[in-house]
Amino acid sequence: MKKNWWKILAVVLLTYTIVMGFLGEVPAMFILRETIRNLYFHVTMWFAMQTLILISIIFAIRYLVVQGKVDKGMDADGKMKLEATKFDIISKESINVALVFGAIGLATGSVWAKSTWGTYWAVDDPKLNGAALGFLMYLIYNVLRNSIKDEDKRARIAAVFNTFAFMMFMVFVNVIPRMKDSLHPGNGGNPGFSAYDLDSDLRLVFYPAVLGWILLSVWILQIRIRMQKIIRIKEYNEYLD
Amino acid sequence: MNIWTKILLLSMAILSGGMSFAQEAEKPEMATGLKSNGMIYIVVIVLLIVFAGIVFYLITIDRKLNRIEKELKK
Repeated sequence: MKKNWWKILAVVLLTYTIVMGFLGEVPAMFILRETIRNLYFHVTMWFAMQTLILISIIFAIRYLVVQGKVDKGMDADGKMKLEATKFDIISKESINVALVFGAIGLATGSVWAKSTWGTYWAVDDPKLNGAALGFLMYLIYNVLRNSIKDEDKRARIAAVFNTFAFMMFMVFVNVIPRMKDSLHPGNGGNPGFSAYDLDSDLRLVFYPAVLGWILLSVWILQIRIRMQKIIRIKEYNEYLD
Repeated sequence: MNIWTKILLLSMAILSGGMSFAQEAEKPEMATGLKSNGMIYIVVIVLLIVFAGIVFYLITIDRKLNRIEKELKK
């Protein structure tokens, strides 16, 4: 129970988000009106997604570092190889969970866009296309992984591609939309989060919501990693038999 | 009416206390005043049940994994 306090925190924060997200006060704005409440449910999906791809790239780089040491023959007792495998599993599973949250982010954004911007997909909006491209990069990551049979080669190429995909995602989603005109707040000529931040009612729910969704996504990630571990151990036992 | 409905209604009453019933023409139309009584709290209760279900499912998976991990250690 002591180790799982953050799971309880996730449930508490998200329960708070659901209650206050609907019953709390929001600022009166034209066009947006009550849909501003989507801030707690749509925007937070991308916060969770970007946290997961950040976890993924960290472990991809750690994999490359440890694997590099193994290649140099510094791995005497085989522990480093085991660690490298672990890092590779964490890196891969983070992407899998990130893809789920990204898909939900795209779908919810589309619904919100229809009511405020009048279309399910604003074709010339750099943020939308950037997010779609970034999402596709991570789909390609999975395709690339599944197409390589050799485990070492697969992990290595995946880790290198991962760093590349992360940089591209950041450029597509967080840099280019700020240089061009985007319908999203904080991009182009639009006011950023500071405009919302002026409103303490939104902030009071938004920040706990971000943390709650991130913790929930990490919980799912932890379950997936543990599953992979069990599968590996089972395979190893069968190999010994 | 059970205690939770009462708590929700009470919190709604407190929250809507600051809202004005008068609507000015230039302001965006929000769910205030008469519309605040649109039974949104029913949606909140439904969502809480959905969320409770998902959390319960996650805990079940988590515990099952715990058991398998313990068995593997033996």
